[in-house]
Amino acid sequence: MSPVLDNLDLYWSGFLQSLEFIVYTLVGSLLLGALIAACRVSPIGALRGFGTAYVNLLRNCPLTIVLFFMAFGLPEIGINRSYFFFGVMGLTLYTAAFVCEALRSGINAVPAGQAEAARAVGLTFTQTMRSVVMPQAFRSSIPPLGSVQIAMFKNSAVAGAFGIGGDLFSVSKILTSARGYDIIPVLIGVAIGYLVITLTAGALLAVIERKVAIVR
Amino acid sequence: MRIKKLGAAAAALVLAGSLAACGGGDDEVEVASETDFEAGTTMAEIADRGTVTVGTKFDQPGFGLLGFEDVPEGFDVEVAKIIAGALGIAEDDIEWVQATSDIREQVIEDGDVDFVVATYTINDERKQRITFAGPYYEAGQQLMVRADEDAIEGPEDLADNPDMKVCSVTGSTPSEQIKEYLADEDQLVLFDIYDKCADALSNGQVDVVTTDNVILLGLASESDGEFKLVGEQFTEEPYGIGIEKGDTEFCEFINTTLADNEDAYLDAWDRTAGEVEGTEAPTLPEADACA
Repeated sequence: MSPVLDNLDLYWSGFLQSLEFIVYTLVGSLLLGALIAACRVSPIGALRGFGTAYVNLLRNCPLTIVLFFMAFGLPEIGINRSYFFFGVMGLTLYTAAFVCEALRSGINAVPAGQAEAARAVGLTFTQTMRSVVMPQAFRSSIPPLGSVQIAMFKNSAVAGAFGIGGDLFSVSKILTSARGYDIIPVLIGVAIGYLVITLTAGALLAVIERKVAIVR
Repeated sequence: MRIKKLGAAAAALVLAGSLAACGGGDDEVEVASETDFEAGTTMAEIADRGTVTVGTKFDQPGFGLLGFEDVPEGFDVEVAKIIAGALGIAEDDIEWVQATSDIREQVIEDGDVDFVVATYTINDERKQRITFAGPYYEAGQQLMVRADEDAIEGPEDLADNPDMKVCSVTGSTPSEQIKEYLADEDQLVLFDIYDKCADALSNGQVDVVTTDNVILLGLASESDGEFKLVGEQFTEEPYGIGIEKGDTEFCEFINTTLADNEDAYLDAWDRTAGEVEGTEAPTLPEADACA
């Protein structure tokens, strides 16, 4: 394992770079995903149509293509930003489609009778959503949301090929190509780095899940 | 339907025939008809087997590029054919394996290939795992900018223009060597292939692309005057042929073969990387001692 131990500083900087990328994308995709999910269940037809179109487009495009359009498409029409920005944006747009569907599954899991009962006691649509449906929907969405975000953590490795560089997965390329290390131990080191992130996130999710669990 | 099918079959036959003719026509590398190697050497083993497995790049224009044909084309490929020829192996009996930069040492150590010719810069770190024959070519790192760019005339100007982004490929030797010329690491943009650097240069995301001169010349010639090379070569990148560590007999055999086939070597250059505008025909560098 000496390739890893000898280059801990490089791994560490890659780890931090990937972590920063992931945090931005996590926040961005949860916000955007919630917004799209609200569109998909809204009573306004145009918003529902937009939500459905968004999910169908982004969820069914390979991630590399989405990232490619960000990194090479936007500059073509005059939008020049850092590749880090393009990467976060691409992965956020992509992950938001999955976040939306995870949230929507939670909303659908709330029995229709609950919303009907809320309406019957005189709550408006917004009040029904905020006080009755969403709190329950959020709780049952935790497991699928966790899976979606863990998948996003690992997808961040793909963004490294779009000009970001210095992320955890790129570290393996630097060590094997430029410095001539054996690829297997180097990649084991990279895998450990991702596991530190994903296992920690998994443990955190388990805690949240226990805290908000509801007995039906 | 029947007639249509027959027609298609006939067309396919004609096509296959013409392709075969193409394939046979440019067999310009000499193949030794009789070989006699000392038993137990790598050369004897390969000659007895009658086939050889060679690792090369599949994505490097001018050196090793796999296009629509089944076999890669380029200067590295031709050099491999010269070596195979001296072992008595015709080019049809060479098996080509893709050897990307990150697995070159691995495929040699694992014995998946007999040798690797893949724009493979000789350096001490790599020598710890494998042995290099050659060098067979001296490349050097250079800079490429948009044709209307005049702020950059050499690597020294990069630190003075910290807003200008420099593009190279992750893990490549040039990407490591350019770092000392940069204002900070954020100035460096890294992709997995050089084509993306060229696109980024074209759309203004980066301002400079740096790697070995021959690769840049290939990109510049494809760009129809959109890009230009600036400054002198500021590093020396001797390309070697990677073989199993410690196989000095095979190393010496390769060096002798190249020295004996200098004409074929120059021919190979002219047919491949030499076709790119602005390249100079190389002279075969003096081989390093085999160790």
